[in-house]
Amino acid sequence: MQDTNGKSCCCAPGACPSAAAPPPEARRHPALKYLLGAIPLLALWWLIYSHLAAFSKFFTYTLLHLPETGRLGGAVEFFVYDAPKVMMLLVLVVFGVGVLRSFFTPERTRGILAGKRESVGNVLAALLGIATPFCTCSAVPLFIGFVTAGIPLGVTFSFLIAAPMVNEIALALLYALFGWRIAAIYLSAGLLVAVVAGWVIGRLRMEDGLEDWVRELQAAEAVYDMPEETWASRIRYGIDAVRDIVGRVWIYVILGIAVGAAIHGYVPEGFMASIMGKGAWWSVPAAVVIGIPMYSNAAGIIPIVQALLGKGAALGTVLAFMMSVIALSLPEAVILRKVLKPRLIAVFFGVVGCGILAVGYLFNYLL
Amino acid sequence: MIIKVLGPGCKKCHETEKVVREAVAEAGSDATVEYITDVAEIAKNGIFATPAVIVDGAAKCVGKVPSKADVKSWLGA
Repeated sequence: MQDTNGKSCCCAPGACPSAAAPPPEARRHPALKYLLGAIPLLALWWLIYSHLAAFSKFFTYTLLHLPETGRLGGAVEFFVYDAPKVMMLLVLVVFGVGVLRSFFTPERTRGILAGKRESVGNVLAALLGIATPFCTCSAVPLFIGFVTAGIPLGVTFSFLIAAPMVNEIALALLYALFGWRIAAIYLSAGLLVAVVAGWVIGRLRMEDGLEDWVRELQAAEAVYDMPEETWASRIRYGIDAVRDIVGRVWIYVILGIAVGAAIHGYVPEGFMASIMGKGAWWSVPAAVVIGIPMYSNAAGIIPIVQALLGKGAALGTVLAFMMSVIALSLPEAVILRKVLKPRLIAVFFGVVGCGILAVGYLFNYLL
Repeated sequence: MIIKVLGPGCKKCHETEKVVREAVAEAGSDATVEYITDVAEIAKNGIFATPAVIVDGAAKCVGKVPSKADVKSWLGA
């Protein structure tokens, strides 16, 4: 009997939860079990997160003995504070969105959108574009799947615009670097562009801009034989998302922050005001045009954007630049060329580009 | 048994094909594995999230890379 006591102490609470049988309520509500397990993890996360600023100061000025007013010190402090902060938020948000997304499969999204009227459909499609797992290489099959299900072209485009533009990486980084207000502004502006641009494309009646084979395609209904998602599989989905996305983008984040840190430390205050400030009307269209051939993800572009903003660039101009880099890309045009005639691709880029321009000017005017 | 792996050729699709082939080989199954990259062909199967795996006409996995254990369980081994 005493042996059992001895054995149980090798297993610190939380270290190996599988060894201990869950309490009866937890067995009946697996969600509760995961929630209880998540609380200490979240507390630890928060403890580290809230001490990062103090740590970066200590590291830069006490450990490295850098002068407090120096440029190098400023750049180092910026990097040591931002890099872990952004990575920690990224992990948390990507995990959360991963779990959320296990509820919104593309099949379910298509079911929701099928048979919706255009205006309502555009809004729903843009919202679902955020929640549905999506990668650019899936764009073509997804496009065909939507069109063959009778979803209007404009609604399909609302989805295709929102999905890459308003993504969890962009939101996590914006929140980490600028706070929730800018993240909310970006979210609503992105949705607005997706809804309006999709609606406009729908009004233009461009159904003949689809490649002929798409319109003639007779698609079979797939038979699905998949196990129902459990909480365990949803959590696994979240962990997979972290491994996949964070594993893919961390290098861009670190590089982006390093460039941002250099700008922060070495570019003079107010330098960007003349080029990307409110006064320069041409800066918004220039930002959009420069953004299209740049193919980067949100992870690499946002830390740079933060540093630009700090040096006097206007928010609207910077938002336009960011949206253009993320939402309009040449590789995407090449992929979509398989299903769309060049005319429709041109309209797609034109309408979305105009929407981004409008957002840029609007925010320069408002803020 | 016919296993179709559908994907236009991104990294995840290649990974899925690899996992499926390895699982089939390890299980000693005589299933044939087809790798379909043509988007028209993918669409005709009613699939619109890739990578996807169809086993004897039933979609088993859509939009993500399955684990080897998943694939083996579909083989009925």
